Amino acid sequence: MEKFENVSGVAAPMPLINIDTDMIIPKQFLKTIKRSGLGVNLFDEMRYDDKGNEISDFVLNQTAYRDAEIIVAGDNFGCGSSREHAPWALKDFGIKVIISTSFADIFYNNSFKNGILPVVLPKEAVDVLMEDAQKGSNARITVDLENQTVSATDGTEFKFEVDPFKKECLMDGLDDIGLTMQKVKAIDTFETEYGKNMPWV
Amino acid sequence: MSAPKTIYDKIWDAHVAHEADDGTCLLYIDRHLVHEVTSPQAFEGLRMSGRTVRAPEKTIAVPDHNVPTTLDRAKGIDNEESRIQVEALDKNAKEFGVHYYPVSDVRQGIVHIVGPEQGWTLPGMTVVCGDSHTATHGAFGALAHGIGTSEVEHVLATQTLIQKKSKNMKVEITGSLRPGVTAKDITMSVIGHTGTAGGTGYVIEYCGQAIEELSMEGRMTVCNMAIEGGARAGLIAPDQKTFDYVKGRPHAPKGADWDAALAYWKTLFTDEDAHFDLVVTLKGEDIAPSVTWGTSPEDVLPIDAVVPNPTDFEGGKVDAVTRSLEYMGLEAGQKLTDVEIDTVFIGSCTNGRIEDLRAAAAVLKGKKIKDGMRAMVVPGSGLVRAQAEEEGLAEIFKDAGFEWRMAGCSMCLAMNPDQLAPGERCAATSNRNFEGRQGRGGRTHLLSPAMAAAAAVTGKLTDIRSFS
Ligand code: SF4
Repeated sequence: MEKFENVSGVAAPMPLINIDTDMIIPKQFLKTIKRSGLGVNLFDEMRYDDKGNEISDFVLNQTAYRDAEIIVAGDNFGCGSSREHAPWALKDFGIKVIISTSFADIFYNNSFKNGILPVVLPKEAVDVLMEDAQKGSNARITVDLENQTVSATDGTEFKFEVDPFKKECLMDGLDDIGLTMQKVKAIDTFETEYGKNMPWV
Repeated sequence: MSAPKTIYDKIWDAHVAHEADDGTCLLYIDRHLVHEVTSPQAFEGLRMSGRTVRAPEKTIAVPDHNVPTTLDRAKGIDNEESRIQVEALDKNAKEFGVHYYPVSDVRQGIVHIVGPEQGWTLPGMTVVCGDSHTATHGAFGALAHGIGTSEVEHVLATQTLIQKKSKNMKVEITGSLRPGVTAKDITMSVIGHTGTAGGTGYVIEYCGQAIEELSMEGRMTVCNMAIEGGARAGLIAPDQKTFDYVKGRPHAPKGADWDAALAYWKTLFTDEDAHFDLVVTLKGEDIAPSVTWGTSPEDVLPIDAVVPNPTDFEGGKVDAVTRSLEYMGLEAGQKLTDVEIDTVFIGSCTNGRIEDLRAAAAVLKGKKIKDGMRAMVVPGSGLVRAQAEEEGLAEIFKDAGFEWRMAGCSMCLAMNPDQLAPGERCAATSNRNFEGRQGRGGRTHLLSPAMAAAAAVTGKLTDIRSFS
């Protein structure tokens, strides 16, 4: 995985609550056996009409937000299915950070595995950033993972929490499986003992 | 004496293979279920890094999302991408040596129905699958939840998952359900009560008299939708019903193993005074036959209610409701029982088991669906289908005018050709009413199998209590 670099850029405002994984990447695009190339279909049914033409008032179709690297979203972003195609599509489009008051559990985990940082902030902070995001290219939001801060255009800084292990993996671009493989002895020992106690498993 | 524990605590503690100083654990996984949509990239990842599947004997694969459910499906899959995805699973299952139920196997079906049916899912286990409705298996007193594709690869390679422990939440349903009220109504009412984010960060234990009184099928329906309430998992303490259901299944323990397993399973209950971080209590008698009106599973109301007004809500929900009423083509104040439907879908991992088909058939016996109605039953597995045929349910469905399909996910998420056209309105026994879930522009109302059957007859959302 690539290392996560700090981001300073335009944020797309998506105040709708409960943005679900079917909106992020509808099922017709889950048929791929690859991880890449899903960016063009990100938010497909909100972004294009029946004929495949762009819907001009959808946020990512507006000039200011075409290269957005951040999304500021309403509550409970990413609810629904476990499809990792959702972060794959976001990543492929160029999104590096999503800011919301809350995220659905599986989506939250999946984001980290793909180099995307989901930032949870209190409602007041998200409101300020949402307002910023609405200013298009006149505003820039800065996200600093090392110091765990998000800064609004006027410099107001919001501190966020992130699990230290997840942070380390993101900052160093670490591969989970490789890390776990280093603990293979512990797994072997556990498995042997467990197999003795619960032979039916 | 150690501190009192919840079932979740007990299962968790029994599976920690490694714990780092910061509390990050490697949780050992007993059963890994795999389907064709979320696994190709994981197997490809193994191949690229020269890794193998650590425990193929604990890994079970079955194609379900993309498979056609028409009777002639042996001729193959028309859609090229779907076909490639199913073929990739065929190939991966063979190459990595995992248990496999191909489309041609009568035991094939929705992964969450096949697992319990074959006795793969047992009390006290950790069960994962690259699918959010893995929560279903919690009905057996197992810790079961969905994972993403990177985690699928991680479990394939290491048989563990990197996890931090969730908090404990108790959802208690006291008393008994009233006639016409089902497990589906319980689970939808709970989400209506807590919201789709109410369970975020928690593992839910469902308990109380109404839960104890449910069959195993009903308990699976309840746990299935724990994810719609945002929880990582939902589970129910195993009891005699659980043991009876498991006993004799192809992969259930036998002989001395059975006795040892049973003795252990009987320790899987929440100790008195165990700590819950959150408790929600609903009265069984207060739960009504329910239906969703919007595009989020929390948009649920008793069937005798009216469509709400956006101004009844606060904050971000006002805009969300405005948007969803427009999408659903509904007016505030409209009676739910006046909403006309044109499609009925009975099936999915929520309500595609034999008991669900029995409930729907009981409503349909001797009746016909409304003229012009498109109605289909998609059994959750080939074995459910065979049993329904044996019991004469298939005939009842066919006589009523339903299509009698082969097993798969079908119109639950419409990855195969079973889809709604824009503007079509469906009464569905599945679990998600998101925009476009059953087809672009399609409108979904979630409800129980009996209510879906009644709606097929009347052509409207119907109160099962006044249906005859
Ligand atoms: S039936 Fe629906 S919810 Fe269940 S596994 Fe299939 S697609 Fe997912």
